[in-house]
Amino acid sequence: MTTPAPGLASTSERRLILAHVWVVVLSFGVAAGMAMMQALSRANLELPYRSARMYYMSVTGHGVLMALVFTTFFIMGIGYVIAQKETGFIRWRKFAWAMFWLAVLGTALAGWAIFTFRASVLYTFYPPLQAHPAFYIGLTLVVVGSWGWAANMIVSWRAARRTSQERPVSLAMHATTVNALLWCLATLGVASEMLFLLIPWSLGWVETVDPLLARTLFWYFGHPLVYFWLLPAYTIWYTVLPREAGGKLFSEPLGRMVFILFLILSTPVGFHHQFQDPGISANWKMLHTMLTMAVTFPSLVTAFTVCASLEVAGRLRGGTGLFGWIRRLPWGEPFVAACLLAMLLFLVGGFGGAVNAAYALNSVVHNTAWIQGHFHLTVGSATALTFMGACYWLVPKLTGRELELRLLAQVQPYLWFGGMVLFSFTNHVTGLMGLPRRLFETGYADAAQAQTWESLTSVSALGGILLFVSAGFFMLVMLGTLLAGPRKEQPAIVWAEPLAEPAGGFRNGLWDRLGLWFAVAVLLVVLAYAIPLWDMLSMTRYGSPGFKPF
Amino acid sequence: MKVDIYERVWMWGVAVVLAVFFISTAVAAYGRQFHPPSHIETIDPRTALTDPRMAPQGVSVDADGRVHVRVVGVTFAWLPAEATVPAGTPITFHLTAADVVHGYQIVGTNGQAMAIPGYISQFTTQFMTPGEYLIACNEYCGVGHHMMAGKLIVVPQEDWEPPTASQSPALETEEVAG
Repeated sequence: MTTPAPGLASTSERRLILAHVWVVVLSFGVAAGMAMMQALSRANLELPYRSARMYYMSVTGHGVLMALVFTTFFIMGIGYVIAQKETGFIRWRKFAWAMFWLAVLGTALAGWAIFTFRASVLYTFYPPLQAHPAFYIGLTLVVVGSWGWAANMIVSWRAARRTSQERPVSLAMHATTVNALLWCLATLGVASEMLFLLIPWSLGWVETVDPLLARTLFWYFGHPLVYFWLLPAYTIWYTVLPREAGGKLFSEPLGRMVFILFLILSTPVGFHHQFQDPGISANWKMLHTMLTMAVTFPSLVTAFTVCASLEVAGRLRGGTGLFGWIRRLPWGEPFVAACLLAMLLFLVGGFGGAVNAAYALNSVVHNTAWIQGHFHLTVGSATALTFMGACYWLVPKLTGRELELRLLAQVQPYLWFGGMVLFSFTNHVTGLMGLPRRLFETGYADAAQAQTWESLTSVSALGGILLFVSAGFFMLVMLGTLLAGPRKEQPAIVWAEPLAEPAGGFRNGLWDRLGLWFAVAVLLVVLAYAIPLWDMLSMTRYGSPGFKPF
Repeated sequence: MKVDIYERVWMWGVAVVLAVFFISTAVAAYGRQFHPPSHIETIDPRTALTDPRMAPQGVSVDADGRVHVRVVGVTFAWLPAEATVPAGTPITFHLTAADVVHGYQIVGTNGQAMAIPGYISQFTTQFMTPGEYLIACNEYCGVGHHMMAGKLIVVPQEDWEPPTASQSPALETEEVAG
């Protein structure tokens, strides 16, 4: 048996979390392989089996596995870690296992449909492109599994709160519970789309489906989805990174506020993905624009807090001067380096996001390569690179094994950074030139305008190759550690200490009232969606039958 | 809640930036009437190609002398594949799709809108520079997505001839659609 990892008491609990880690690592590996194929295709290399059909299948596989499977399983796993640490044990363990297997079954069903070319509808699955029912049912099962997890987080939060009436739950628990609440609110959209529109339609129970209604429900879900990915990364930056970097958390109470602001502002903003859609009036798009802009506030507060915490760390490590502290940060520590580089990329991604959400500018970038450039900096870097770094930090604690191939783990974040700079930056530029996203070939029969971006797409492919090498390093380190890391007792998980504790200690405050804020979030969603949705439903609408041109 | 002075200053700074965002967005939208395409009108996708609101596809001039372009997206072509319009003139595009969702994008301009089956999209824009513009499909529509393209030819106003009814591209449409 492994040596007990302190902080995570029982073997069965560790096994549950490790099961999630395994899905994270394996889904990431497959998805990275798909990405490599797309990168080479972009460079117009004649590879065996290269075809448009294969390409669009692999874009679907990459999107679903990275965006929906890799992220969700990591988030569930780290949630259990946090709840275990907060309350001493993981509640409803059998139920948690059942939900895990349900989500795995869902992944397998969707994966089968994708890899047998029955569901090349991309991870946005806009109808009337119609996938095999197994695709929709599978993804729905993943979501249902994640609901079980969300309930678990909420129950753990309540238990933690009962045991300490005065002192608030840890920031980590606060953040995870907020994320679970956000997820419950967000998935209402995709669950309705699946259950009321896509599943009955794909099974042939109904003839037609309204594509605009489906898009609206999807983006009701799609934007908070990105915060569902991002908040765990923020949680790690707030509660783990300061300590691992050798410092303290600069302002704990503001962190609580930040997560609440994300809870209320992340959902009533979906129309900024539908600026170019008909059927939604400009004024409602404007309201969603304003709410989207407001999300900048918590993000920039986070930027300050996290940088200040890192400065504390750098100075405690002997850094002096205006910028000397930056050099003193432990850039050679895999976890810290991954977080720092993820944040740097996210800074650029955040600015790009403001462009996407800008009412007028969106017409220039919508559905161009700019968009894939953007979200590879956000979910592909801020989230994915932080999660990879977090695996370097967490897996030794779960397995009681030293990180294997540590040198690769040290290099990996830098490779990711370099690859992402090449890949993402060129995609931003070609997007501005007008190159659409998600194209098997970018030449357009030698159209003059298409010539302008041809050399840049090759640079992005080079970035893709670096990213693949980086992903390979991550896989080697993870598999090596999980299977063969040298056994050694690992330090316990300790959350970052706040820099200053107020006189009389922390007390439950306004930002700790999750029930209240959830109600505010629901209210905002009703304000932002009820009328446009009603207008949409009351039009004379013509549905569409399914098409499978793939 | 006690907040550090530097952080307080930062937060006010962010609030000011946000205010600038809000105001500039509102001024562009309501002051200069710049809105994303947000037309609300439905159409039966099965008859999209023949519906009088969308046929004949191509360029036309209405009674008031305004130029319109009607385009229907099908897998994997824009109907019509080519349109010639005058420079420096407001052009109103009417778009829909006959099968799956497509994205009409005039490359190198900010003219674009989604073509969603069951709905008519509409936007009005002007092209200042004569030349040939690639029209791409920017919403994945199937295995031929990357081949779905068209051409917009912008000619100087004085060189442009309004299409006559007999030049209506409806027949061409039938051919391509079949």
